[in-house]
Amino acid sequence: MRYIPNAENDWPEMLAAIGFKNLEDLITLLPEPLRLQKPLSLPRPLSEMELVEHLLTLSEKNKPGKMKSFLGAGAYDHYSPAVVDHILRRSEFYTAYTPYQPEISQGTLQAIFEFQTLICQLTGMEVANASVYDGASAVAEAVLMAHRLKGKKKCFLSATLHPEAQKVTRTYAAPLGIEFLEIPYSPDGLTDLDFLGQKIDDHTFAVVLQQPNFFGCLEDIEKAGQIIQARGALFIVAVMEPLALALLQPPGAWGADIVVGEGQSFGLPLSFGGPYVGFFATKESFLRALPGRLVGETVDQQGRRGFVLTLATREQHIRREKATSNICTNQALCALAVLVYLTILGKEGLKKLAQINLSKCVYAKKILGSKFSLPFSAPTFNEFVLSLPKDSPEVLAQLLPAGIIAGFPLQKFYPHLKREILICLTEKISKDDIHLLKDKLENLVEGA
Amino acid sequence: MNFPQDLKFTKDHEWAKITDQTALVGITDYAQEKLGSIVFIELPPLGKSFRQGEILATIDSVKAVAEVYAPLSGQVTEINEELKDNPEWINQDAYGKGWIAKLKIDNAAEVNNLLSADDYQKFIAEEGAKE
Amino acid sequence: MEKETPGISGLIFAEPLIFEKGSKGRKGYSLPPLDVEEIKPEEVWPSKLIRPDLEGVPELSEVEVVRHFTRLSQWNYGLDANLYPLGSCTMKYNPKVNEDLARLPGFAQTHPYQPEELAQGALQLMYELQQYLCEISGLDQVTLQPAAGAQGELTGMLMIRAYLADQGHPRHKVLVPDTAHGTNPASSSICGYQVVQVKSTERGVLSPEDVAAKMDEEVAALMITNPNTLGLFEEHIVQIAEIVHQKGGQIYLDGANLNALVGLTRVADMGVDVLHFNLHKTFSTPHGGGGPGAGPVGVKNHLAPYLPIPRVVKESNYFRLDYDCPKSIGRVKSFYGNFGVLVRAYAYILSMGAEGLRKASLVALLNANYLRAKLKDYYHLPYDDPCMHECVFTDRNQTRYGINALDIAKRLMDYGFHPPTIYFPLVVSGALMIEPTETEPKEVLDQFISAMIKIAQEAQSAPELLKSAPHKTKVSRLDEVLANRKPKLRWRP
Repeated sequence: MRYIPNAENDWPEMLAAIGFKNLEDLITLLPEPLRLQKPLSLPRPLSEMELVEHLLTLSEKNKPGKMKSFLGAGAYDHYSPAVVDHILRRSEFYTAYTPYQPEISQGTLQAIFEFQTLICQLTGMEVANASVYDGASAVAEAVLMAHRLKGKKKCFLSATLHPEAQKVTRTYAAPLGIEFLEIPYSPDGLTDLDFLGQKIDDHTFAVVLQQPNFFGCLEDIEKAGQIIQARGALFIVAVMEPLALALLQPPGAWGADIVVGEGQSFGLPLSFGGPYVGFFATKESFLRALPGRLVGETVDQQGRRGFVLTLATREQHIRREKATSNICTNQALCALAVLVYLTILGKEGLKKLAQINLSKCVYAKKILGSKFSLPFSAPTFNEFVLSLPKDSPEVLAQLLPAGIIAGFPLQKFYPHLKREILICLTEKISKDDIHLLKDKLENLVEGA
Repeated sequence: MNFPQDLKFTKDHEWAKITDQTALVGITDYAQEKLGSIVFIELPPLGKSFRQGEILATIDSVKAVAEVYAPLSGQVTEINEELKDNPEWINQDAYGKGWIAKLKIDNAAEVNNLLSADDYQKFIAEEGAKE
Repeated sequence: MEKETPGISGLIFAEPLIFEKGSKGRKGYSLPPLDVEEIKPEEVWPSKLIRPDLEGVPELSEVEVVRHFTRLSQWNYGLDANLYPLGSCTMKYNPKVNEDLARLPGFAQTHPYQPEELAQGALQLMYELQQYLCEISGLDQVTLQPAAGAQGELTGMLMIRAYLADQGHPRHKVLVPDTAHGTNPASSSICGYQVVQVKSTERGVLSPEDVAAKMDEEVAALMITNPNTLGLFEEHIVQIAEIVHQKGGQIYLDGANLNALVGLTRVADMGVDVLHFNLHKTFSTPHGGGGPGAGPVGVKNHLAPYLPIPRVVKESNYFRLDYDCPKSIGRVKSFYGNFGVLVRAYAYILSMGAEGLRKASLVALLNANYLRAKLKDYYHLPYDDPCMHECVFTDRNQTRYGINALDIAKRLMDYGFHPPTIYFPLVVSGALMIEPTETEPKEVLDQFISAMIKIAQEAQSAPELLKSAPHKTKVSRLDEVLANRKPKLRWRP
C-alpha cells in the first residue's frame, strides 16, 4: 500500500491514543448491520509496473498515431507546445486546492485573473469567470442566466449551434418550463435570420448562435444582434473553436450580451472528450447574475497587490438555493493550460496559426471541391462541409483501412444530411494528407 | 449600540421612521454590526409595492447575505442610490445616511405591530443571552 | 512532546502580470511552414467579419513564459508540499504514475468522435470503471458523464424528477439537512424543487422523527451526506430511508465523504437510490487548483432508464456508446465525461485493490480520530461521539481571548500548514473541519497537532500574533471587503 505511509511501527501508539487495539476494530464506528462481511470483488492490486503495462495495452487499442484524422466538430487537434504540459505538471499547480486561502494560493489566483483577462480580450466582453465545465454546459448556464435576468419563457437556439450544446441546454432547462424554438439554417449554411426576424417576439428572453457555426460557417453576427436587441432579448454567442477569434471580429464587438465557448483548442489534448474547459464572458452590468468563480484584485495589509476569490455571495456555498449556479469545482487546471498556451503563442503566434488553419482549409476546399460538392457557400474558418456521392458512414468506414478518418458524418445529428461530412483542417494536416484524402475518396466513389 | 427613540423596530432588525403617510426604512445598528463590512446592496425598484414582511432588499457582506423585510406595507417612493457606490454607509451610519428606502404607507394600523426602541433593545438583550 | 513544524522561510520572487511583461516582437511560438498557398482573411471573408487587431495579448519569449509560471507556482501551497486538512475535500496523495497514464498517446490523442472500433481502449476503461464503482457502492448502474460533484447532483436530481414524473406524480419539495453542503440546495433549486430544511439533533445527526415530520407525498427526495459534514455517521440512515421510501420518495446520497466508507460498507445497503462520487476526493485524482474533477453517479435499477446518454455498454467483447435510451434525461455535458480524470481514478482503483481500498478507509478513520483525541483538550468539540474520517472543532475556547477560527487558520500558515475548512458546516459557530486522509505519515500529523497546540497557547498569551497572521507568506491578509466593494476582475492597460 504505497499510498498509505503509516505501517506496523506506527499503529500501536496511534491506536492507543484513541482507545482501540487493532486497526480493524475501527469498523465498529459503523453500525453492525451495515458492515461488509466480505471484501469487495475487484481485481487484485497491480504493482506499478503491471499497471503501466495494462493501461498501455488498453491505450494502444485506440491506435494512436496510426490514423490521419480530419475530425473537428467541437474538439480540435492542434499542436500543444511542450511548455504547456511542463507547467501543468508542476505539482504546486495540480495538487493545490481551490484558492479559498488566498495568502498561500497567489499562484492559482493570479493565473485565473490572467485567464479572465485574456478571455475578455479574445471575446470583446467586459468580464469573464474562472471557467465552467465545457462549452456545452457554458451555453446551458448562459441560457439559465438570461432566464434569471429576463424572466420570460421563449428561447431560440440556432440549428447550427453544436447539437450536443443544444442537448445539454435542454437538459439543464427542463425543470424551468422554457419553450425552446429552433432557428433553421439557410441553403448557404447559415442561421436563417429572416426566420428569426419573423418569429422573435416580446416573450423571447434569449437567442443562441454559434460562431463559427457547427458547419464551420461564419455567421452574420451584426445582423443577428440587431434583430435580437430590437426585441429586448439577450444575445448569446457560443464559440467552440476560439482560434477563429484571432482573425475574426469578436462577438462582443456586435453587442453580444453573453459570450461562451470551449477552450480545448488552446493547449488541451483531445483526451476522448475531456477534461476540457468552458469560458464564460459577459457585460459588467450583468456581473451579479454571473455564475461560477471570480478572481479579483485587491491589496494586503502592506498595500501590496494580491488576488482573491470575490463576489462569493452569488455562489452555492453562501447563497445555497438562491445561488446563480450550483457549480463548485470547475476546470481550473485546464484554464491554466489555456493561459499558458495563449501566453506562449502570443498575439502574433495566434494570428499566424489561425492563418495557417484558414489557408489549409481554403486549399482543401479547392482540391476536394473540384471533385465533390460543397453544399454551403458561406465563408469558413478551419472546418467545412463536403457532400459525397454516397452515404457518408459507408464511405468513412471504407477509408479507415487506408488510415484515414475523413471527417464527422453529419447524419449523426442532422438525419437528412445523409451524404455530408464535416472536415476540419488544422496545422497538423499537410498538403499531402489533403491530396491523399482526395485520391482515396475518388477511388472509392469511382470504384462503386 | 444605538436605539434612537423616535424610531420603530422589527424583530428582523429593520427600523422605520414614520412621518404622516411615509416611512423611511433601514437596518439597525445591531444588524450592521452582525453582518460585518457591507459590500453590496440590491435596492428595491422604484414604484414597487410590498406587503409587510416581504423581502424589500438584500444586503451582501463578504461572506453572507441578509434579507431586508419591509417593516410596513407600502409603495417605494425613493431609494438611496448613493448606497450603490457607498454600501459602507450602512455600517457607518445605519440610522442616518445608511437609510435604504422611503415607503408610502398603505395601512397605518400596521405600525402597531412594530416594536418601540425600548422593546427592541430588550429583544436584542434576550437574543444575545441565547447565543 | 514538542515537534518541529515545517513552516520556516523562503526566497519568494515577485512576478508581474503577463500583460506587464514582454515586448513587441518577442516570440515564444514555433509554427510549421505553410505548405499550401497563404490565404489572408481579407481574401475570403467579408471585410466586416475581420478583426482589426488582437489587442491585449502579450508577446513573450519561451524563457519569460516559463519563468512567469514557475514563479507563480512557487507562491502556491500544494499537497505535494505538506498536509491539506480540509474537511470533506479528502485531499489525499495524487499518485504520480497516474499523471503519466492519463497522458498515454492512446488516451490523450483520441478524438471523442473517433469511430468506436478505434476507441475500444477508452470505452473498455470507462466500462470497467463503471463496474468498479457499482461494486464499491452496491448500486446497479453508473454514468461517468458529470464533470464534478455538483454536476453529479444535478444529474441525480434530474433523474429523480424524471422518474417521479413518469410515475405520474412529479412532487415539488426536497428535504435537505442543515449540515448539507451548499451545492445540495443549489442543485435542487435548479431542478425546480422547493428546498425544505431538516434540522439535525443536538447529537449532530438526523432523527427519524424529524424526517417523518417533514416527509409527505410532495417530497421527491431526501439529500443526505454520510458521514455528514460534522464527520458523524448518520446512524439512523436505514430507518430514515424507509420513512422516505414509504411515501414514495428517493434517497440521494452526496458522496463527498465516501472516504470513510469504501470497502467497509456499501451505500446501497443503507437504502440509497442515487449517489454521486467525487473522483477528485475519494479516488485520488488531483484537485488542480479548482478542477477538473469528475462526479460519476450511481443508481439503483429503477432509475437506470433515466441515465444520461450515451451509456457505455458491452456486447460480447465489444464496447459501444448506446444512445437508444428514450427515457434518458439527456446530456449534462458534451462528449462522455472528464475522461482524463477517469483514467486516473481507474488506475488508482487497480493499484489499491479491494484490500487497499478497505485499509485506506480504516486509516482515514484512524487518522481523524487520532487528531481528535490529541486536540480535544485544547479545542472545543461540539459533539461527544467519535468522528469518522473528519472531525469538527469550534473556536469557542479561543473566542474568550478575542480569537476566532479565521485567526487560527491564518496563523497555521506560519507553521507551514494549509488551514482546515473554516466556518462550515454552518450549524456550529466558528467551525474548524479537519480531514487528514489516510495518506499522511504519523510525523506530519504530530507536527500538525503541535502547531495547533502552540496556536491555542498563543491565543491566550500572544493573540496579536494570530490577529496579524500570516507573516511568512507572500502577501499578508488581503482586503476582501475592497475586492467585493470595488470588483476589479481583469487587467486593463
